[in-house]
Amino acid sequence: MTGIPIADRPTLLRHGRIDLALWTLRSGEGRPLLLLHGLGEHTVPIEPEWTATWPGPVYGLDFTGHGASTLPRGGGYTAEMLMADADAALAHLGEASLVGRGLGAYIALMLAGSRPAQVYGAVLCDGPGLSGGGVQPGGTFVTVPRFGHGTTPDPFAMVELNRDIRPPDYAAQFVRLGFERSPVPDPLLVAAIVRPEWLATVVAQPGVRTMHRDRALAELARTVSG
Amino acid sequence: MESSEYVADDESPETVSHPGAQRPARRYDVEAVGIAISVVEWGPEDAPPLLFAHGGFDFAETLNVFAPLLVTAGWRVVSWDHRGHGCSEWADLYSFEADLRDAAFVMDHVSPTPIPLVGHSKGGAVAMLLASAFPHRFTHLVNLDGMPSGGNMPDVAEHERTRMVSQEVAAWLDYRRSVADRLRKPGTIDELATRRGRMNTRMSHEWLRYLVTVGGRHDPDGWRWRIDPTLRMGGFGPWRPEWVMQRMPGLSMPFLAVLGSETEVMGWGTRPEDVLAHLPDDGRLEVIEGAGHFMHIEQPQAMADLIGEFVGAPR
Repeated sequence: MTGIPIADRPTLLRHGRIDLALWTLRSGEGRPLLLLHGLGEHTVPIEPEWTATWPGPVYGLDFTGHGASTLPRGGGYTAEMLMADADAALAHLGEASLVGRGLGAYIALMLAGSRPAQVYGAVLCDGPGLSGGGVQPGGTFVTVPRFGHGTTPDPFAMVELNRDIRPPDYAAQFVRLGFERSPVPDPLLVAAIVRPEWLATVVAQPGVRTMHRDRALAELARTVSG
Repeated sequence: MESSEYVADDESPETVSHPGAQRPARRYDVEAVGIAISVVEWGPEDAPPLLFAHGGFDFAETLNVFAPLLVTAGWRVVSWDHRGHGCSEWADLYSFEADLRDAAFVMDHVSPTPIPLVGHSKGGAVAMLLASAFPHRFTHLVNLDGMPSGGNMPDVAEHERTRMVSQEVAAWLDYRRSVADRLRKPGTIDELATRRGRMNTRMSHEWLRYLVTVGGRHDPDGWRWRIDPTLRMGGFGPWRPEWVMQRMPGLSMPFLAVLGSETEVMGWGTRPEDVLAHLPDDGRLEVIEGAGHFMHIEQPQAMADLIGEFVGAPR
């Protein structure tokens, strides 16, 4: 059943000095689905309607500085460290299929390439933080966010991860790594309409398919059920 | 000779002296939006400042021989421990951008008017970006083997590179899974000196023993380096050497690049031609014969003379 909050408290996973909030949106048997939110977003602790057809349990992770996860001091965010956040959830779940929005889509791509044997496919969707900071650095400057009220989302995350450089060949290498050892035939499904340069390059790689999120999820569901 | 003003940690009953080494006259914190950055100064409080950025896995007190030589020339040498290093706070997160921001806070604290800036290794890269971001805040820039180059990257086939990246990223993620509550391995002064000697291959054991006592912490079970155990050499990411080198040709202030003639493990393997290709029109490159990556430790007097001559007399 969807639309009913089933978890008012997340499981806390330790990553370095950060406690990460992993929300159980639907418990059950079978292959887990892990949702990765966009930049500045957090997991809404209610199962979304569009995951209702997923045959296994559904989880959502709050990244460092987001939602119910620890708000760190003094910034220092990188996309790679957020991938390690998602890897902490993967270690807890054992294996998972991923759906990522915006920044979470980039993280899902990286994790699918870095842990190919444990990631049963990833769906990359539109959302905040999809673009990052382009393919190479612009002018050098130092930014100190002055907004925020000591709560998540961390203003440092909003500044630093919107400037995170994403070279297309760097993104493409995760596609190659993912395809080499993936347990599913179509490990990368792109649902995002917006295609920043890194994502356009991902889409151009052999084997990467594009389709609507719901169809992508249905395909993954068939694969993991079969 | 120990400074009379500086009170060393009383938790260090074992001390090792080193000829010419002088601990900083002052140590204080600068708050960099949530992280306490520990700043040290050698020389009189009212002398003109010269700012020095140390390298990765180093700390400011590696300058205990070099800095006093510039003090003799009339400077107040100011340096700081990067976040997670030395006496600065251990942070939750680390990035080059965060190091650059911390450096900007130190710069802003030290002087409102332009000053000379020197950076070594990763600190040289930080210094180059800091000088690029704040051209009006620096009179001179000296970069000691902090000019990253792809010159020493192995030339391997695509499939081999993919395999290397795959192993590297998995190893890094495995490390991240293991870092919670991790502590550095304790040891005797000799053991820590020997361990560091593997990375600082041209340093004398006696110097490394001395460094343990100024850069280490003496716990009940032994000495540990004051470096956040969650930090790890290497790692991976999209970073490219040219992202730093592209800042060099446009530098506004007089620029001196320094390389050692001897390559070693802690350096980037940057060759003179890599630097010459990016040198600003009026920039200068010096190659120090017989010196390695840590040229200011190996040849402190020669390096103090070179830098002193380049930046001119303090005013």
